[in-house]
Amino acid sequence: MRLLLLLTSLMLGAGVVIAAEQRVVLKEGPGRDKVEANCTACHSLDYIVGNSPFMSRQVWDAEVTKMIKVFGAPISEGDAKEIADYLTKNYGPL
Amino acid sequence: MSSRRDFLKATGGLVLASGGSWMASHAHGADATMGPAELPEGTLSSSILEALPGKVPLIKKSWRPPNYETPISYFNEEFTPNNAFYVRYHLSNIPEVAAASWRLKIGGEAVATPLELTLDNLKTNYEQVEIAAVNQCSGNRRGMFLPHVSGVEWGLGAMGNAKWKGARLKDVLNKAGLKKEALEIVFDGADSGTFPATPDFVKSIPVWKALDENTLIAWQMNGDALPHWNGFPARIVVPGWTGTYWMKHVTSINAVTKAFDGFWVKSAYRIPRGKFPIVDRFISQETDVNTPITEIVVNSLITNIVNGQKVGVGQPFEIKGIAWDGGYGIARVEVSTDGGQWWRAATLGQDYGRFSFRQWTFIANPTERGTMTVMAKATNRAGATQTFELIANPAGYHHNVVQRVSLSVA
Repeated sequence: MRLLLLLTSLMLGAGVVIAAEQRVVLKEGPGRDKVEANCTACHSLDYIVGNSPFMSRQVWDAEVTKMIKVFGAPISEGDAKEIADYLTKNYGPL
Repeated sequence: MSSRRDFLKATGGLVLASGGSWMASHAHGADATMGPAELPEGTLSSSILEALPGKVPLIKKSWRPPNYETPISYFNEEFTPNNAFYVRYHLSNIPEVAAASWRLKIGGEAVATPLELTLDNLKTNYEQVEIAAVNQCSGNRRGMFLPHVSGVEWGLGAMGNAKWKGARLKDVLNKAGLKKEALEIVFDGADSGTFPATPDFVKSIPVWKALDENTLIAWQMNGDALPHWNGFPARIVVPGWTGTYWMKHVTSINAVTKAFDGFWVKSAYRIPRGKFPIVDRFISQETDVNTPITEIVVNSLITNIVNGQKVGVGQPFEIKGIAWDGGYGIARVEVSTDGGQWWRAATLGQDYGRFSFRQWTFIANPTERGTMTVMAKATNRAGATQTFELIANPAGYHHNVVQRVSLSVA
């Protein structure tokens, strides 16, 4: 609930940014919804596109783990796996 | 901490709502404008030219937090205009700080008499000094690392040069009765993360660097107020050191007797020990394997020609560029027009001080048709020069590999 309130207030305050951010359309695929729901709490999705295509499974895993353990993103274990799967498959190494 | 909340309250949260011009003037396209071809494909395809409120169109790397780099054409001048100066944030909550309600707290266990300054106090109670200095992101050119490393994939423009004016940090610390036990000086700014658990962007520098007469609390940039996106109303200026220490929207300065252990100092912005020709050390933060990044490595940039540009055989033309370093000053710049076999001295332009961009020029005279490969190499007064091979490091810092620009002579 606290998270929801926080997000709502952020989005109201950042309406203009959100509008601009909607231009980032990630590739279709299983897990995209989890990426959009979790990652955008803290950053726009161009961070993902910009960091592609060169990160291996291991590097994407480490990135997702860093977001949870270091930056405090409240992402469930199941979602974290789906996110890393999606990123590796769609934005992984060449 | 309470001051940050006050700002947030006072401004109703994020500042970005003021951005009527946010959507204005952008253009898609992965051409040379968006950066060198070595950048990751995804970086080039997602970069656009876009103007933040109060800024000219810059190269957008990320919207939130906002990271925008300066297009290379602006580096044809020694000083980077405020409205073209690059923008770099780590965290997304960026309150618009009101000058009237801004307060700067000076405290910590290593001062005798904590202070609270208004902007007016800062401007009138201390001697004001102005210094020309380069602010360069530690990760400038990260996107050119091969193999690529993760992070904001900067091209050539995560830097700028400006005349910074303000009070000396040492004068403010001394007014607060800095004690001899002080080890580090810790800076916090008004920005913060989304979640309470997100490490706040807080940085420290060794006390000796804080007491350097060139280290400032600046409220003016190139003769004007700091743009919001560059730290209004005041930021720390640490000439010679990378931008990570130049705290924007600074709200507190604490003198401490133990090594600060926040994420952004203890874990982030680290380089391997012994790999770079660095003089300045941050000893209280060193480990066996790594150390905080400190001074900017010597570097140069060719600013007025681009890869693939056509020049005429037998038609001399001017090559322009800039050179800079961590504050030793530029001793010389050498230019090669044959891919690095022969080097000749470029002519150095006006000297605005040892922390500033130094412009240089060189007259090239193409005598044969074909490809002319132009390279520039700066050497500083400490004898350090640029590398020809990348010095790999996990976070992608200190890229000063000699640039190559290939021209077509016809």
